[in-house]
Amino acid sequence: MMGSLLLREWQILRRAKGTVINPMAFLFLSATLFAIAAPALVTQQISQGAAAGILWTLVLLTQLLALDGMYRRDFDSGLLEQLLVTAQVPFVAVLSRIFMQWLSTGFIIVLSSPLLAILLGLSTEALPAMALALLLGTPALSLLGSIGASVTVGFNRGGVILALLVLPLFLPTLIFGADLVEAAQTGRAVTPQAYVLGLISLGALALAPFATLAGLKISLEMQ
Amino acid sequence: MFTLNQLCCERDGRDLFAPLTLGVEAGAYVELLGANGSGKSTLLRTLAGLHCQFSGSYNTVPAVYQGHRLGLDALLTPVENLIWFAGLEGVTLSLERILDALQETGIVTKAYDSCAAMSAGQQRRVAMSRWMLSQRKLWLLDEPLTALDVEAQAVASRIIEEHCASGGAVICATHQPLDLAAKTVLTLMPQAAETSL
Repeated sequence: MMGSLLLREWQILRRAKGTVINPMAFLFLSATLFAIAAPALVTQQISQGAAAGILWTLVLLTQLLALDGMYRRDFDSGLLEQLLVTAQVPFVAVLSRIFMQWLSTGFIIVLSSPLLAILLGLSTEALPAMALALLLGTPALSLLGSIGASVTVGFNRGGVILALLVLPLFLPTLIFGADLVEAAQTGRAVTPQAYVLGLISLGALALAPFATLAGLKISLEMQ
Repeated sequence: MFTLNQLCCERDGRDLFAPLTLGVEAGAYVELLGANGSGKSTLLRTLAGLHCQFSGSYNTVPAVYQGHRLGLDALLTPVENLIWFAGLEGVTLSLERILDALQETGIVTKAYDSCAAMSAGQQRRVAMSRWMLSQRKLWLLDEPLTALDVEAQAVASRIIEEHCASGGAVICATHQPLDLAAKTVLTLMPQAAETSL
């Protein structure tokens, strides 16, 4: 069952490349705008903490952009109905959707983080810490964001409500993620923040699929 | 196969039809009639577990549900869609079985074309193949004849008849009665107006 679900996710990922390219284009463009508008960042004249904070904020906004369409296509085509009626374990189907969403945004952000960090003037010593923070933190963004996306999928213009719903949930990840990078820059130990980020992601992994299922059921019932 | 006990679906706190009591055995074809807005779709969604506002109770076996939205991924081909659907049910189908089902509904020539390039009727034919491939005994069909040409309507009738003959049950909301020998007709009547203010 898992195999055929992941196969489909992979097939639509390959055929709808926009879902991967558009958010990444947004992320790179907005990072470039920051570098242009505030050159002090790139020339490293102001505190290093700013670059990490800006990058994390942009990552949250990019995720928000990608999350909006997470279930919309499946909702409109009736695939979600089939999924809830037919799937033996809907939990697994939701989890594979979230996993693919993370793979197509969070994971690619982790891979491209050195480029983005340098663009924003982060010191080279802090690059591994930035990548670690994103690797531990982005799964929580996909998982928690999936809850918001499931509740707002029935609205025609759900984007704004989605932002209001999930940005507060992203806050702990943002705080500890930015703090991890700052700790690496000032020579402090990064393990406490890494543990907390991992804990948030694992906690979200335990709760989010069930909350998402409940949200999808409500959305399908409302129409 | 399924029983309804004083079942009455609600929408926004309003009863849609007079309470239904019905028991359906294997092999039965139930035709669900009623005016637009009488609650046919909502009744089917309730039986599928997609609508939870109702009074009374019902019992049903797991079912195939075919709503107004077909549940086909436009980015995938019919074969890929059917493999995905079988995966949801937890079965692995051989390619021959899938192609046989597509042959039956007359859409096998498009088996490897994208569903996005198909007409509404052709997509309906793919959805019909999906009922045939399902392991489930009860089919809940919401206006399955929409957009089908005469030939495909005949195919749909035949598939439904064969499914009933092989021990399945079908409940079908429609405005075009099917020409089947044995059928139960269930007409949804509007709820009698409430007397109390």
